[in-house]
This record gives sequence, structure tokens and C-alpha cells, in this order.
Amino acid sequence: MNASTRLSIDSLLDDPATRIVVCCGAGGVGKTTTAAAIALRAAERGRRAVVLTIDPARRLAQSMGLDELDNTPRTVGGVDSAAGGRLDAMMLDMKRTFDEVVLAHADPARAREILANPFYRSVSSGFAGTQEYMAMEKLGQLRASDRWDLIVVDTPPSRSALDFLDAPARLGAFLDGRFIRVLMAPARRGGRAYVRVVSAGVGVFTNILARILGAQFLTEVQTFVAALDTMFGGFRERADATYQLLAAPGTAFLVVAAPERDALREASYFVERLAAERMPLAGLVLNRVHDIVPGGGRTPLSGDRAAAAAEALADSGGHRLVRALLVLHAERSALAARERRLAERFTAAHPKVAVGRVAARPEDVHDLLDLRAVASDLAGLS
Amino acid sequence: MAARGATGGVRLHIVTGKGGTGKTTVAAALALALSGGGRQVLLTEVEGRQGIAQLFDCPPLPYEERKVAVGPDGGDVYALAVDPEAALLEYLEMYYRLGRAGKGLKRLGAVDFATTVAPGLRDVLLTGKVYEAVRRSARGTPVYDAVVMDAPPTGRIARFLNVNAEVAGLARVGPIRGQADSIMSVLRSPRTAVHLVTVLEEMPVQETIDGVAALAAIDLPVGGVVVNMVRPPLLPRAALTGAGRGTLDRADVVAGLHAAGVTAHVEKITDALLAEAAEHARRVKLERRERRALAALDRPTWELPLVTDGIDLGALYQLASHLVERGAV
Repeated sequence: MNASTRLSIDSLLDDPATRIVVCCGAGGVGKTTTAAAIALRAAERGRRAVVLTIDPARRLAQSMGLDELDNTPRTVGGVDSAAGGRLDAMMLDMKRTFDEVVLAHADPARAREILANPFYRSVSSGFAGTQEYMAMEKLGQLRASDRWDLIVVDTPPSRSALDFLDAPARLGAFLDGRFIRVLMAPARRGGRAYVRVVSAGVGVFTNILARILGAQFLTEVQTFVAALDTMFGGFRERADATYQLLAAPGTAFLVVAAPERDALREASYFVERLAAERMPLAGLVLNRVHDIVPGGGRTPLSGDRAAAAAEALADSGGHRLVRALLVLHAERSALAARERRLAERFTAAHPKVAVGRVAARPEDVHDLLDLRAVASDLAGLS
Repeated sequence: MAARGATGGVRLHIVTGKGGTGKTTVAAALALALSGGGRQVLLTEVEGRQGIAQLFDCPPLPYEERKVAVGPDGGDVYALAVDPEAALLEYLEMYYRLGRAGKGLKRLGAVDFATTVAPGLRDVLLTGKVYEAVRRSARGTPVYDAVVMDAPPTGRIARFLNVNAEVAGLARVGPIRGQADSIMSVLRSPRTAVHLVTVLEEMPVQETIDGVAALAAIDLPVGGVVVNMVRPPLLPRAALTGAGRGTLDRADVVAGLHAAGVTAHVEKITDALLAEAAEHARRVKLERRERRALAALDRPTWELPLVTDGIDLGALYQLASHLVERGAV
């Protein structure tokens, strides 16, 4: 059997060199809760922490004072500040973040032109990668402001955990890429004649696009890109800069997964990808595991023995309640054993990845009390 | 042959659900269920995850319809992983006979642009391919009796399916606009049903309720709610109440354990059993509340049991027969 190293969340959070913690993983595994729990623990251990959440559940958001999605970090009440720390929280508003980027970098007239452009409006609220891109952008802003010594980031609910790493570069590359240059050529040189000279192929192709999408759309894209282009030194550079930030010392990735086959497969991909990109992985958070018995500790009764005992009672009749309790225990033990096997397989494939565990809870995580309990599981205290 | 159950007359089944609720599994089980009675069914995925191949334990699906399972009574389930890039090139080829120019477009980054960045276009291409499969016919009869789409998650489904509004911002006229209009008319017709998969937990149920509202707001036909991974309550009703309140008779449990031949660590085991019972009771209570919330949606609701040993083809057939028994098909 492969024993995994235990994730030492407190040494990670207590180390002043840790400046950014990114929580990533497949959808539905509890990234948001994990991020909030970690940030709270860090704050109560003395860090000036901020958590950037993407799409928190309503009740959890309310309990953190995130009633409005206004893109501004606000102090979370009820946090124990005895150790000198504090916790701020914010919810990402991707459209507003995008608008802010435009407003910060363009003169007012140009900014108005961009904000009113229909293509911009679609890209800033519609494109699937925009959320990832803007999460990165916001992370860059928070880091640059230097108001916090620890930033904990939740990642968007992408179809794949890898989207978070890929989307910004993708968007940046496109908006700054060869294709856009071609599209812009007529706008720059004043007419299609220039394109025809450069390459007949390009002309054919702009024509096709114009026919499929409508010439008006092309013009809108062209004005949009032209406006952005003069605004700042290219989207790609910006995306690259934030990407660098993720690879920099002081950043730690936590991959969050439920102890289920698909979620762990996704976690594996992510671990491999982080290694390939030389990005710093702090460990795996195994969320909602069943082998931590409520109240703590292992029960000195195996699932098999519980099942056998239940059968013995069934044979002799009577003790219906105890029989049901034993069956319940047997089922829970079987579930826990299955989860352990899956976790062991993950560790066999990634022996160096430290693993932290959070117990399954019958109810959702709603408030600071619940968040503290999650974090304390993660710290190995339960 | 007409389908029998609650979804009779529906040709396009769109399956959505929050991450982790088993949306792909349910889509596959539904496809199998629909293939009963010798029907031909196409199961499609649109997110590039190769989830169908993993479920049916076959090599990654190319952009091509492949038979992945045989239904009862000679029906077939085909599968297709719709790839936006391939769909775009196919589309251009069909309407513009591009030939090698298509490759040129790809080199230039135009295909990437169109399929990833241009907002909405990607979704039109994905739904467009599925729409084409729904409408495809040979010698006057449809090639597929039903098409099942493993769609994006609940949080994004309304936007994904609202292709019309999505392209409205970018293409006011032209073939793409025309295509979007035709797709929309099929999506809004009684031949389409959007099913939502959930589990009995707070967030997935809330998202389901929000999803139903979002779909209704844009006139898309909501089909049924599939409650997945349902675990039966293990304690008798009276015991659940006692377990929740912490009033179960401890001495009774100790006596029962002795009667069952458990004699070591009895106190500790009793503590653990009572704690587990209390937690179970809380869970069952929460599940009841979530069930009530779902019932308020007033949609056909089909429950599927939790499959504990991992989903394989056999499990899919079982889930499919559950769907048939519960009247989904």
C-alpha cells in the first residue's frame, strides 16, 4: 500500500513566502468552499488574506458578507483577529473587470468607443474563456495592490480544470495573433485593396467570413481590435504576465477533488500539467471523504464484521434498530474503503503529491463555523 | 415507432446537470432506454471531454458516428463527440466547397478564432451539428428515432441553447443567422426536451431550480428532472427521529451488539454507531427538504439509485431500465 504524504496546510499558510494559493479542480468538487476555508484559517492564524471567489453558493456568500457582486474586496465580519490577521472577500464580476481594464488603459473617448462596441460586449460577457481570463486579471490586480499578504483564488467552474490555465493564453493569443492582424489589415490601410496585394488567400478568406457572419460583424471586430491595440501593449503580454505570476515562487496550487473516479482523473491531469509547466503544486485536497467518523477516529468495528453482526441479529430476530445501525455502518465502511482505494491509486500514480482530507458533511457549508471545521479537517485536527 | 413514456414525441433530449451529478451517465442511460423497441439512437457530447468513450469503455470517439451499444430488441446506440473545429470545416465545405482553402483558414488561426473566441459561434456549430442529426433522413424517414445530447452544465445551459440571442450580437444577417434561427425553432418545439440531472443536495437542487427558470424564461421546453444517486434511508422512520434528536436508547444498542456477538470495544462502537445514525438522520431530513423543493417545480421527476461499484455498461443498462420503469421513456 502506498501511503501519501499528509498535506501540511498550516505550514503552507504560515509561511510568509506563500503569497498566492490557487484552488483548482473539476466542477462540483468544492473548490469555492475549500478556498474560503483556507483563507479563513490563514486570516485567523495572522495573515492579511483575501479570497477571490467565482460563484459561491448563496448562503455561504451571504455569511461572508458577499451580498452584492460589486467586484470590490470587503472585510468579512466575525473573523477572529486575535493573531493580527484579517479576511477580505470578493466575488468576481467578469464584465466589470473587463470594463475596468479598458477604463484604466484607454483615454475616455476611446474607452467609450470600446465599451459600446457590440463585439466587445459579446466577448466581455459571453466568451467561455473570459471568466478565466478575468479571474487571472483580477488576481494580477490584487497582487499588484499589495494590500494583502495572502491571496486565495477559487477558479471558474470550467468543463475541465485545465481551462483555467489555457483560456487566458488562448484569448490573449487570438486577440494578439496573426488572424487578428489579417482582419485588421484593411482597417489600417484603408480598404480591401491592400489585402488583395498581400495575399489573395486572405482576401478570399475575409470574404468568406464576411459572407457567413456579415460584413458588419467583421467591421466591428476590426474597430474593436484596432481600439484595443492602441490601448496597451497587446493582450498576449498581459496574459503572459499573469501566467508568470502563477509560476513564480510564492504561488501554490491546491488541486481539489472528490474521492470519485472522474474527479480524481481530472485531478491527475491537472497534477501532470502543473508539473509540465513547472508550476508549484502544494498538494491534493480530497474533499468529502467518508472514513473520518463523525466525532473523530476510526471505529474498532470493520464493515465486514458489522455486516456479519447484522446478519447474526437477523437470524436470531429482534434488535431491529441495532441491525439497521450495523448495516448503516457496513455501508459507510464500504464507501470509505472504495474512496480509500481510489485515493491510493492516485497516490500510486503521484507518490510525491501531499494529500489533505476533508470529511463529508450531511449538509452544505453555510457559515464561518462550517468553514472553520472544514479547514480544521484539512489541518489534520479531526 | 413512437416512444411510450412521459417524453413520447420528443426527438431531441438535452441532458444537463451540475458538475458531479452524473449528467453524462444519465445521458447514456437515457440513450440506452430510448433504444428499446428496436429504435436507433444517437448519443452526442459537445464539451470535448470524451466522457462517452470513458463510460462505454471504448477508444476516444472521432468526429464520426460510431455504434457503442446495442439496445434491447435490436435497437442501436451510436455516439458522436461533436468537435467545433471539425463542425466548422464540415459546414464550410458543405456550403462553400472550400477544399484546400479550409486548411489555409486553419493555419491562419481563423478556425480557432471562430470556434473559441467569436462568442456564440462555437455554440451554434455544436448545436447545429446535433440539429442536423435530428433532421437527417434517408428515403423519407429519419435516420435517428431520437438524439440525446450530453450538454454543458446547468449553470451555462440556457445561454448555450439560446443560440439565437448569442449570434444576434454578431451576425444580424447571413447564413449563420439563418442557421441559428432554424436551430432555435427546433429547440423551442415540442420535439425537444431539456432534462436536468441533480442529486439531493442543496447546491445542485438550487441550480436545478434556477436552471428551470432560466430555460422557461427563453421558452425552451423543460422535460424531466432526474434525481441521481439516490440512497434509500436505512433506518426505520421512528429511529430516524430519535437518531436526529440523540434520544436513541444507548443501553439498547449495547445489548444489541452483545446479542450480535460484538463484545470488544462495545462502548466506543456504540458511540460511533450513534454518531453515524445522527448524521444519517440529518442527511435524510435534508434530502426530504430537497425533494419537496424539486416537487414544487411540478415537472416529471425520475429517481435513479446510487451505483456504488462504478459505472460500467451493465450499470448503464440497469439505470436505463429504471428510467423505463419510472416512465421517463
